Amino acid sequence: MIPINISELSKTYGKVKALNNLSLAVNDGELFGLIGPDGAGKTTLMRIITSLILPDSGTAEVFGLDSTKEYRKIRSIVGYMPGRFSLYSDLTVQENLEFFAGVFGTTIKENYYLIQDIYEHLEPFRDRPAGKLSGGMKQKLALSCALIHKPKLLLLDEPTTGVDAVSRREFWEMLRKLKSEGITILVSTAYMDEASLCDSIALMQNGIVLGKDTPKSLVEKYQNDIFSVKHPDSYKLLNFLRTKDFAQSAFLFGQEIHLSVIKNTLQKDELNNILETAGFVNAESELITATVEDSFMLLMGKEDNN
Amino acid sequence: MLVMISSENVIEVKDLVKKFGGFTANDRLTFDVKKGEIFGFLGANGAGKTTAIRILCGLLEPTSGEIKVAGFDGYTQRNKIKSNIGYMSQRFSLYEDLTVKENIRLFGGIYGLSSKQIKTRTAQLLDSLDMHEQADWLISALPLGWKQRLAFSVAMVHNPKIVFLDEPTGGVDPITRRKFWEMIYNVAKSGTTVFVTTHYMDEAEYCDEVCILVDGVIEALDTPQNLKSKFDSATMDEVFVKLARKKVNN
Repeated sequence: MIPINISELSKTYGKVKALNNLSLAVNDGELFGLIGPDGAGKTTLMRIITSLILPDSGTAEVFGLDSTKEYRKIRSIVGYMPGRFSLYSDLTVQENLEFFAGVFGTTIKENYYLIQDIYEHLEPFRDRPAGKLSGGMKQKLALSCALIHKPKLLLLDEPTTGVDAVSRREFWEMLRKLKSEGITILVSTAYMDEASLCDSIALMQNGIVLGKDTPKSLVEKYQNDIFSVKHPDSYKLLNFLRTKDFAQSAFLFGQEIHLSVIKNTLQKDELNNILETAGFVNAESELITATVEDSFMLLMGKEDNN
Repeated sequence: MLVMISSENVIEVKDLVKKFGGFTANDRLTFDVKKGEIFGFLGANGAGKTTAIRILCGLLEPTSGEIKVAGFDGYTQRNKIKSNIGYMSQRFSLYEDLTVKENIRLFGGIYGLSSKQIKTRTAQLLDSLDMHEQADWLISALPLGWKQRLAFSVAMVHNPKIVFLDEPTGGVDPITRRKFWEMIYNVAKSGTTVFVTTHYMDEAEYCDEVCILVDGVIEALDTPQNLKSKFDSATMDEVFVKLARKKVNN
């Protein structure tokens, strides 16, 4: 039985189709990423998997258990960390952890090895009310509480939103360690750069999956050529490139511009000539491999045109 | 990005200190921000960014140091500061149950614009947003990217000299995020100073100048280009990682 098997799932809120006939499978031991902006349907999907809300149609199975009929069994084997902090603010760090262990019929001691690395940072604050912790600490406590019953499947809803670049890295290292303990993890994020840290990803927008694969194969499937073009006045260059017929799209990526063109229609020398003639004397260009973000943007554009 | 040529400072901060009890949130911050500049204000969670922004917006009194924003004093003219700046937070402060036009009118009124001015400004903003058709839509019916652009425009309804953007692009899709930065660029080019915080390090590259705060202290203040060569890094992400955990904590 695979950890997650989603089949033709739909969920509507009023006029909004949060999930539109969505199918998805997560394999055993995978670190699976749901990548997409706010409003893509990531939270709705997680809440259906955890049996917290009911779908309009379609099925969600967790290790073969149906999310609407066998929700009690599901709840005992999944750990869920919602996007919004939802521990007890007026209980201390220690009390929160004891509470969650107790609810699941276990003890902190029994599964301490699983949370040790994370909980060590919290130990000095064990008697502080959870509501008075810093953002990073709250997150570590929430993760500890979601893990204390040793779930087979861990669901994390945007754990890194609003978290700085360095803390995000540390968080992903923690996830890697948990994965090595055999826990299957489903994590959602709006940060495209985190996709490469997952084993498999699904790109989501407007309730549908735009594409799913390993991050590596996904970018290999990018059907256009991408040039990275650099020039000190990137906005001027950006506007210039967008006037060109060969440009399928041109967007800033930090200090570079990613110029997407139909495969084999533009050579590097040709591009360099065009740039030089237009007065971009010191422009540098290079054919590069697409990133997950490039793929997302291409797939997004396609969906909009449909 | 090319640095705009202007020598006029719209923000001047010298030895800014803010203490909460025994805790020093901002420790002797000194920096200037020029007219028409895109100024990136970066730092890890808890580095003191929010405190500094609240002081610069006139919402919080500093403990010591000199602060001038849009020509007004950070101690004695805080209300003047508030009416001369624009502010947009990640949770766009638009009223969901009001229409696009009503939101513009509300914020215009709050900032003391006359009915006539509000009328002119509404037309201008709807023009630049290309949203005339949606003028009578409720905010709740707008896609996220539109809300974001509208929130930015509303923050500029009174033509402020400076606009503060606090993580304006969190959670939006990659195309919307880039379109938003193109909007920031155009606003800066027309002379408005943009003071922006972000957790996306590629966005730090779009700033004219970047200030990195670590544990309440400015650890770096320069153009992205200079910071990258100074810290021997290929990207701002690398610079940030090298700096932000210098004094490891958390």
